[in-house]
Amino acid sequence: MAGILTYALHDDEGNFNKNSLGAISEAARLAGEIGGDAAVLVVGDIADDACAALGNWGAAKVYRAKSVPEGLAQPIVDAMAKVITDQGFSYALFGGGLLGFEIGAGLTARLNAGVTMEVTKVKVQDGKLIAERPILQDSKIADVECVGEPGIIIGRLNAFDANESGGTAEVVDVDVELSPWSTKATMVTRGEQRGADVNIEDAEILVGGGRGLGAAEGFQQCEELAEAMGGAVAATRAVVDAGWYPYAAQIGQTGKTVAPKLYLAAGISGAIQHKVGMQSSENILAINKDQNAPIFEFSDLGVVGDLHKIVPKLTEAIKAKKG
Amino acid sequence: MKICVLVKEVPDAAVQKRIDSNTMRLDRSGEKNLNPFDTHAIEAAMQIKEGGAIPVEEVVAVTMGPDSAVRALHKAVALGADRSVHLSDDALAGSDVCATGYSLAKVLESESPDLVLLGQQSDDGECYTIGAVVADHLKMPSLTQVIKIDVTDGKLRCERQAEYGYDTVEIELPAVISVGDAINEPRYPSLKAIMGAKKKPLDAKATGDVGIDGGMVGEGGSKTKVLALSEPPAKEAGEIIEDEDTNETVEKIVAWLDERKLI
Repeated sequence: MAGILTYALHDDEGNFNKNSLGAISEAARLAGEIGGDAAVLVVGDIADDACAALGNWGAAKVYRAKSVPEGLAQPIVDAMAKVITDQGFSYALFGGGLLGFEIGAGLTARLNAGVTMEVTKVKVQDGKLIAERPILQDSKIADVECVGEPGIIIGRLNAFDANESGGTAEVVDVDVELSPWSTKATMVTRGEQRGADVNIEDAEILVGGGRGLGAAEGFQQCEELAEAMGGAVAATRAVVDAGWYPYAAQIGQTGKTVAPKLYLAAGISGAIQHKVGMQSSENILAINKDQNAPIFEFSDLGVVGDLHKIVPKLTEAIKAKKG
Repeated sequence: MKICVLVKEVPDAAVQKRIDSNTMRLDRSGEKNLNPFDTHAIEAAMQIKEGGAIPVEEVVAVTMGPDSAVRALHKAVALGADRSVHLSDDALAGSDVCATGYSLAKVLESESPDLVLLGQQSDDGECYTIGAVVADHLKMPSLTQVIKIDVTDGKLRCERQAEYGYDTVEIELPAVISVGDAINEPRYPSLKAIMGAKKKPLDAKATGDVGIDGGMVGEGGSKTKVLALSEPPAKEAGEIIEDEDTNETVEKIVAWLDERKLI
């Protein structure tokens, strides 16, 4: 069966991840072209109707591994490997996100299968899936084919759109025996929020701060600029992990995805993981002292200079203009 | 315990990277450096060793790559590793993620480490996946993108950011952990350490020495094939301002914002 298996990540309340739903829709589209079905693996005790509802995104079948815990990759590798092997799936497809990367990588080893990651588009050629993967800081696109089956494709964040098709999926329970090493990591706490709860998704203007701010105190100038402009402050993963700014303000692969009217990047280099979370912004203005920073490749206005000199003066100028 | 740190030689950040159109592989000529993410993994190993929560007998840097990769090992040793292992064999050229993960797992197997550390990504391949591939081959638990490691009662307590916030995970040893750059600030090697690096033991291994099946590595053993390379859709180049006179620069920025009705 030339089917495609995906994995639907969910939070502790059972809400499925948007990137997982995108992977299901993409799998349904591709499976239709190569002549097979799109199926989903769900772990944990998710209700029948919640599983069946994944049909709305294009899944024909949902394999539910009730006893397998959510949140860590290796038990899910056990479950996916079993379903792929037992049911003869040709491909495994993952939406963007951390866990999909880990599960896809584990499957590569387990099934001696080819893997392509950071994929932005998948096409069909002679009944096979060809993954488009941007490389070298997105300056080239490689068309990658898997040799033999199964093939594993891991999408980049937001690469696949979730489309409602209005179907209902058949739900099948599977028993999975966990590998001895899969039980040696245990979740102590999951999804802890650190720092204040801030809302950046509704802001029309965002001032994003990165490592170039130099220290946690550097965010003060971002806040003053954002206030003058009537916007909010966002941050990169590096500075959130360093404890400079709250997690809720983080943009990128393990943070939020935003598309404001203006994204003003202060001291942000523009790594792919950040780019994927803000590249749909209408206008991107970047201030960075490194003229080779990748952010200048996708900004509409790039300012090469010291943000500590520019940002305070910009704040004053905007205040003056607004009166 | 014994800690193995996987390191990789990557083209220097300042080098314009290109793909060799004959082999479809990254052209790795030119100035090279130790993958910056791996310096965080070495530092993490050193902090566990110096922390004293668990006795560490040895930190071993391990790499796979051509002859020049020896320089990455010298840097790793200068940063604190006790010795190094270099897996090098013409048969490995062109290995993809699947084949590379298998090869690294085999060379690690010959060292029987209690902990394998590596950087979460390489500066050149941007792939994030090697740790999880290696772990499954070694049948060890693993976690990637870790930003804090504590050793208590012979176990690791790791923190990392995942889809819904910060996760804290307890992991039994032996384990494979990939670390993010927020985990620490790597130390600078002392001049003495740099000078002494070449004198520390370095084992050169070929595929046969660590039981690698030649059919599973190299271009022939790889499970992916690059069919074509193309240019991404052209994006209109943005305007660039060099800040020479900040007042003038700010005026230009304000005019630009004003034009787009963003003020």
